[in-house]
Amino acid sequence: MSQVEAVGPSRPQTVAAGPRRGTPAGFLALFLSELGLTFRRMRTIALLGVLALVPILIGVVVKIETGDTNGRGGGPAFIAQVTQNGVFLAFTALVVSLPVFLPMTVGVVAGDSVAGEATSGTLRYLLVAPAGRTRLLAAKFAAAMAFCVAATLAVALSALLIGSILFPLGQVTLLSGDTISLGSALLRVVLICAVVALSLAGLVAIGLFVSTLTGSGIAAMATTVGLVIIVQVLDSFPQLHAVQPWLFTHHWLSFADLLRKPMYWDQVWQNLGLQALYVAVFGSAAWARFTSRDITA
Amino acid sequence: MTQSPTLETTEGGRTAEAGAAPAGGAPVIRTQGLTKRFGGGQLAVDGLDLTVPRGSVFGFLGPNGSGKTTTIRMLMGLIAPTSGVATVLGESMPQATSLVLPRVGALIEGPALYGYLSGRDNLARFDAADPTADPRTRKARVGAALERVGLSAAAGKKARAYSLGMKQRLGLAAALLQPRELLVLDEPTNGLDPQGMREIRALVREVAAEGTTVFLSSHLLDEIEQVCTHAAVMSKGRLLVQGTVAELAARAQGRLVVRTPAVAKAAEVLREHGVTDVRPAEGRVDGALEAAGDELLPGLCAALVAAGVPVHGFGVERGTLEDAFVALTGEGFDVAG
Repeated sequence: MSQVEAVGPSRPQTVAAGPRRGTPAGFLALFLSELGLTFRRMRTIALLGVLALVPILIGVVVKIETGDTNGRGGGPAFIAQVTQNGVFLAFTALVVSLPVFLPMTVGVVAGDSVAGEATSGTLRYLLVAPAGRTRLLAAKFAAAMAFCVAATLAVALSALLIGSILFPLGQVTLLSGDTISLGSALLRVVLICAVVALSLAGLVAIGLFVSTLTGSGIAAMATTVGLVIIVQVLDSFPQLHAVQPWLFTHHWLSFADLLRKPMYWDQVWQNLGLQALYVAVFGSAAWARFTSRDITA
Repeated sequence: MTQSPTLETTEGGRTAEAGAAPAGGAPVIRTQGLTKRFGGGQLAVDGLDLTVPRGSVFGFLGPNGSGKTTTIRMLMGLIAPTSGVATVLGESMPQATSLVLPRVGALIEGPALYGYLSGRDNLARFDAADPTADPRTRKARVGAALERVGLSAAAGKKARAYSLGMKQRLGLAAALLQPRELLVLDEPTNGLDPQGMREIRALVREVAAEGTTVFLSSHLLDEIEQVCTHAAVMSKGRLLVQGTVAELAARAQGRLVVRTPAVAKAAEVLREHGVTDVRPAEGRVDGALEAAGDELLPGLCAALVAAGVPVHGFGVERGTLEDAFVALTGEGFDVAG
């Protein structure tokens, strides 16, 4: 029987002695790592690519349609504006993406965040590292919010680019009829991107919560995206008038109020307040679930 | 390394105080009445009293499904015990995970990696998860860990392109990113070829020689015999026995083995001379010796020769852990139902 050699005096003692202290840099490392993990993944790049295609599609279709009728076509208010000014393609693209495309991609990223790690088994190694369950959840939330910003920017920047190619640029006529300079119009694009990205915070929290419930990444993604669809369907029934203001999708399109002069903030604040409420409720639920759960995957 | 003296069989897994620490002081792992009952009512671990001395290479042995991995998950704070106490490095788990786990390296139920990241980036990711790890030294520590498990050449490859053996090594590298007081390895040689197994065992010995306590679970008896100083045997969620490997193996009685072409004749002679449980086989006969067996040996040998048996070989084979295990459980080493 060969047993382990005795610890000789010549052997170097490289064993850690006593607890080590965490550092702020070490604490933040997981957040940076999480960001890197999200944005270096092919899946994320593909999702952003799909989102960037939406404005290109809208721009090309509008260009072809209006080429014949010389700008007298009907359609939604925004679409008509696009032919006057390329900047409006950014607003139009955000209005079109916000109900479906943006929440779908966010649902994939947020839904997969914890469950995907459980599926691959990396969750147990993160936790014995030890990542700390609260810290890991916070890092996942931060990375998903960063994705919301990136997704919104992918739509807006792609729209500005294609809009400037296909349509004239210049002074922008707002929904209220006032005209503002191109510079202040671009500032409004930035402001609206921020509001749109924050509008998705409630969904991120829901996705994170769903993600802590299951060990299957696919199931969590499907559930989160399914919830978005169900909630939007509920939002369209007049009979559910009473609960609709509390649905997280209800005020999403209120960002159009920022395209007036002066800007109407009431609906926008309601939207952001509701998102904060969802983050508080579902964030707490996710935390309660994740910190008490047995990790058997 | 001084080995601990006592060996006690646990009755119903309740009375073990065996394997007390040698000079090293407080045990690295200590559990008292540790029990885990899963949601379905299934009792995975039942009243486990385990003591892992500091500086030991502790073999945690048992068939698949005997509760080894559940125990390890409780020790690592991944699952909460239903009842009982688990103490790791002097702190109780799972409450003190943030204090204890930076000093522990672990490989649990096989490696798990990000397939779309390179080996090096996988290690950086796991290192970033530890808040006590210094980001400034990360690159150097990752490089050293890769070097140590022999993966430097493949460090830039995506982990999904790794073979199982390479994944296992990368998992081990993650456990060695920092100097550790305790290394917990759950079936570290699973899926490895014999050469890979040898290398992993050599690495375990090397780490142990540096003073790290190693807690090694396995269902391979010879693996435990080769690398461990201490061992515990689990079966159906209970601890059957714990002690030093030498003591455990000594519990198994040695067997007398006679190598001869005249199997039938030899068996007959042995039976006549008081050898029990005689089993003839191809070219050899073996049998159980009683307690005073050693004094009988010269007489037995002479008797065989006198009976005209051509003796090619004659001797006592030392007991193995496997014999001890069979003696303890009265069962083979199969998957627990």
